[in-house]
Amino acid sequence: MERPFDDELISLKKLLLEMAGLVEEAITDAVASLKERREDRAREVIEREKAVNLYDIEIDALAMRLLALHQPVAGDLRFITSAMRICSDLERMGDQAVNIAERSLDLIRQPLLKPLIDIPEMARLAESMVKDAIAAFVRGEADLARSVCERDDGVDHLNDQVFRELLTYTMADPETIPRAMDLILIARSLERIADHATNVGEHVIYMKEGRIIKHGRRKAESIGGPSRVGS
Amino acid sequence: MTAANPKMETRGLNFYYESKPALKAIDIACAANRVTAIIGPSGCGKSTFIRTLNRMNDVVPGTRVEGTILLDGKNIRDPGVDVVDFRRRIGMVFQKPNPFPKSIFDNVAYGLRINGHQSKARVEEVVERTLREAALWDEVKDRLDDNAFTLSGGQQQRLCIARALAVEPEVILFDEPCSAIDPIATAKIEDLIHKLKQRYTVVIVTHNMQQAARVSDFTAFLMLGELVEFGPTEKIFTTPASKTTEDYITGRFG
Repeated sequence: MERPFDDELISLKKLLLEMAGLVEEAITDAVASLKERREDRAREVIEREKAVNLYDIEIDALAMRLLALHQPVAGDLRFITSAMRICSDLERMGDQAVNIAERSLDLIRQPLLKPLIDIPEMARLAESMVKDAIAAFVRGEADLARSVCERDDGVDHLNDQVFRELLTYTMADPETIPRAMDLILIARSLERIADHATNVGEHVIYMKEGRIIKHGRRKAESIGGPSRVGS
Repeated sequence: MTAANPKMETRGLNFYYESKPALKAIDIACAANRVTAIIGPSGCGKSTFIRTLNRMNDVVPGTRVEGTILLDGKNIRDPGVDVVDFRRRIGMVFQKPNPFPKSIFDNVAYGLRINGHQSKARVEEVVERTLREAALWDEVKDRLDDNAFTLSGGQQQRLCIARALAVEPEVILFDEPCSAIDPIATAKIEDLIHKLKQRYTVVIVTHNMQQAARVSDFTAFLMLGELVEFGPTEKIFTTPASKTTEDYITGRFG
């Protein structure tokens, strides 16, 4: 039986998709502003953050409304709570994109420190994780979500590499410190974006399977010792 | 907060059973083409309230009404009001389904016939239309001559709704319409109420708060004959203004 509630669930999904689209664009444009050394693109990212924040508020309000008025259970409940969490991760990704854009503005005003290799690679990986995490949500594909979680280590590894390489620059010549720090912070923002994409993947798995795989959890464990519930 | 466009409205409504006050200074506006729910613990006056809206309490001896009850801005207690006609404009569906001991068809046709509509074609047309509106047609179209009591509880209730719709009311009052029927049938009736508001104004008394949350646009919370809070359902169930309301809807008492 079709419920009036179903229309509202569709609206919730639609809003999340729209927000995800804005966030994916923000990340791409922030990194592009760095690669192409274009101030205008960086400023656009900063300007568009307001729209992302409005979606955050609207999605939260709709989710609250659905919980209060419809007492959802089972799959519906997992969907709505996952949507709220995914929204929160998207909002943080948006903030990180702005951080990248701000650091980029700083770097554009100074000469290029070194050719960018690892950072664009990190960006490529992070962007594809975000894209796949959202696709996993839309299509309800837990396996795709799992593949996103598995790619996080690769991004962490590159982040460490970027850090070590820039450290050597700063040790050789203190004049490079401001630019090196900006780059390290940009790499860190990308690493955080990948972490948030991983979170989204975990929420999707919970939504589809009711399984919590956060924090490397495999067997059921609880604060009071092993769970008594069959797992 | 009052609804912008009230179809029915009470102002300073007081109601007494003999000398006992059952309703005290109730101001509730029922918005047109919306569902207004009346909730509250047992004995709070919600059924009394809804029965004042179609003056059913008139037939109860020893009762007294004070204050104004407006339908489209006109006082329904004016001496000049034709009570019978007025009760056609305001239909009512009760807690226990109460079909007449007649066929399914005749149940729906009854109101039409006693209002003077004799044309067979017209009666048939209205019976089919209202049974469709009540989401019952597909289940009964091949057995319209069967006795109404052969229907399940949920079907009987939808039959009562079709019967109420047949005389083209403007307002439909539901007094705990799902208390006596199973959850699946309840879901069907809630879905029906959601569709009905496009054409009618609905007021529903329910002791099931979750139902009020699912089904209504506005909610009035009564306690001991007084209106504690009235507002958009979404607000009442997310951030009620009164602590008493919050305690009731979260199940801390009631």
